[in-house]
Amino acid sequence: MKKSSFVQTVLNSPYIIWSAIFVIVPLLMVIYYAFTNESGDFSLNNIIEIKDYASTFLLSVGYGAVATFICLILAYPFAYFLSHSGASFQRMSIMLVMLPMWMSFLIRTYSWMTILGDSGLINRFLGLFSIGPAAMLNTPQAVILGMVYNFLPYMILPLYTVISKMDGSLIEAAQDLGCGKLQTLKKVVLPLSVPGIASGVTMVFVPSVSTFYITQKLGGGQITLIGDVIEGQFQTAYNYNLGAALSLVLMVMILICLGVLGYFTDDKDDGGVLM
Amino acid sequence: MKKIFAIVLSMIILASALAFPVSAYDYLDYSQETIDYYKNLGLQGTTINVYNWGEYISDEDIDVVREFEHLTGISVNYTTFESNENMYSKIVGGGVSYDIIIPSDYMVEKLINEGMLEKIDYSNIPNYDNYYDKEKYGYLTDTTINDEKVSDYAIIYNVGTTILIYNTKYVKEKPDSWTVMWDEQYKGKVLMFNNPRDSFAIAQFILGQSLNTTDPDEWDAAAALLKEQKDKVSPSYVMDEVFVDMESGDYYLAAYYAGDYELMHENNPDLDYVLPKEGVNSFYDAFLIPNSTQNKAGAEAFINFMLEPEIALANAEYIYYATANKSVIENEDYSLAESKAVYPDPEDIANAQVFHDLPTETLQYMNTLWTKVKGENNANSIYIVSLICLIAIAAIIVVTLLRKRKMRKYYKV
Repeated sequence: MKKSSFVQTVLNSPYIIWSAIFVIVPLLMVIYYAFTNESGDFSLNNIIEIKDYASTFLLSVGYGAVATFICLILAYPFAYFLSHSGASFQRMSIMLVMLPMWMSFLIRTYSWMTILGDSGLINRFLGLFSIGPAAMLNTPQAVILGMVYNFLPYMILPLYTVISKMDGSLIEAAQDLGCGKLQTLKKVVLPLSVPGIASGVTMVFVPSVSTFYITQKLGGGQITLIGDVIEGQFQTAYNYNLGAALSLVLMVMILICLGVLGYFTDDKDDGGVLM
Repeated sequence: MKKIFAIVLSMIILASALAFPVSAYDYLDYSQETIDYYKNLGLQGTTINVYNWGEYISDEDIDVVREFEHLTGISVNYTTFESNENMYSKIVGGGVSYDIIIPSDYMVEKLINEGMLEKIDYSNIPNYDNYYDKEKYGYLTDTTINDEKVSDYAIIYNVGTTILIYNTKYVKEKPDSWTVMWDEQYKGKVLMFNNPRDSFAIAQFILGQSLNTTDPDEWDAAAALLKEQKDKVSPSYVMDEVFVDMESGDYYLAAYYAGDYELMHENNPDLDYVLPKEGVNSFYDAFLIPNSTQNKAGAEAFINFMLEPEIALANAEYIYYATANKSVIENEDYSLAESKAVYPDPEDIANAQVFHDLPTETLQYMNTLWTKVKGENNANSIYIVSLICLIAIAAIIVVTLLRKRKMRKYYKV
């Protein structure tokens, strides 16, 4: 390793300053608010109060887990077949996967309301065959759908990256040594794509657990996840301290989940986008 | 080949943009007196920051902000908020200074209470005496907070009430009470406010409480009533989504704001409204000048301009809320003058109550209760599904781990 030169320090400093101001300082502020009361004195009341929200935390993690799981099931085969198809098709498909992300997340979620509503597109179509109307909006399923729809690209992209970078000779070697198609997938492809799975799971799980917009629009306000509670603390109750404490606990919980995930996948981390 | 295609495509896009230029904007005609008044203020080249509700100023046929800039030479930084609380966080957060903010009643009181406002110099607002409907709406600001008169700080922009909207196709009998929103035959077809204060107000009306009670037991009782409603009819808690939901006929009953009823009614004539006998929440939004203002004269010119008859009419036609400007109501061209939803008869809203600023403990307690009302989900299935998924993920992790160990052992040998 070369010793870092002066030039290097200068070049690095904007990034360090940036992360200090916009990552470290806000984090410290969250911790400060979490452990103080309104008048700024040290207090553990906020942390104690969190026990009232235990079931909400659990529910959020549950929703996050379901959404992540569905994303994984959907994205893996897609990424696999995509990485084995022609180059121009690949380019085109990746473009299509990313295309919705060019539009605002809020608009995409809002438009699902008009698709799922009682007189929405789906129900009008079903109405042609005099079925329904089926209540689809304002259900837990709609919230999960919103999460899967919005965060699916974040699962597909890391999986695609990892699978397409996989060394083809390893698969050939497995076939030479007598592996069937299924066994190759199980013993070679899947283990090699673990870093991609880990990145994808992280990038879907974290925003799913902490979302609040999706629950409000697609859940009709009937489903309250921890994101909604935190938003309420800041927006209507002015209880910044409890809000900060809830955020802190959420962060710690996500960190634990990721820690567990990282523990199993940390050996050879190449190809993963995150972690 | 591809390049040529791209160039052609971009040319087409450019050409189509040029082919339909933005049509020229026609400014209103003002009397010479008005033109001179704003000219002689000598505020040309200054700036004001206006912070208003979203969709709360006319910006279509008559662009009020543009008119103001044209007439006074003041440039306007116009930004919007979506809730009083949102606006409040921004004001106390510091870093930005506003010259005009337009929040509602209880927030007006809170800001006065915290000494964050500047007194309005009425001599700079000649239109106040000419056009402001003091007889009808003066009482709203004729109160005192901490020995400070509210009317010293606030000039009302619009007023309104909450209202019960129902779809006549599905609700055959005209309801007269909020309790219809507890009726099990409308299960899954009821829309409540997705904010605690407005939703609690409905329960408080039924219970005959004051909307501004600080007694925790009363709040508990109201929360219990809302919980009962959730169990009985599982209402959806929405805000702006109410337009889509009611206009489409997907929902039968909704509590919302009176002016918005008129908008919905235009799109779905089946909708009707009622002012429930228990009472409704009467609210107002008012112009305020925060004490962080950098251009108070500009701010007062803006308030005065908003009271100009043409401008007030344009705003009233755009917003659909009841304006506090009497020149508008007297104007024959005003399309909502006859609307009893927007301008209810005094006897219909005899039981109306106004929100006042609540102490922080009460607000926090209300919020805790609100989370509890909404938090407990009656869909147990989701717990089961999440549990299964968690177990599945855990199982996958454990299996990979075990396999890895096995492999390691194998390599060691």
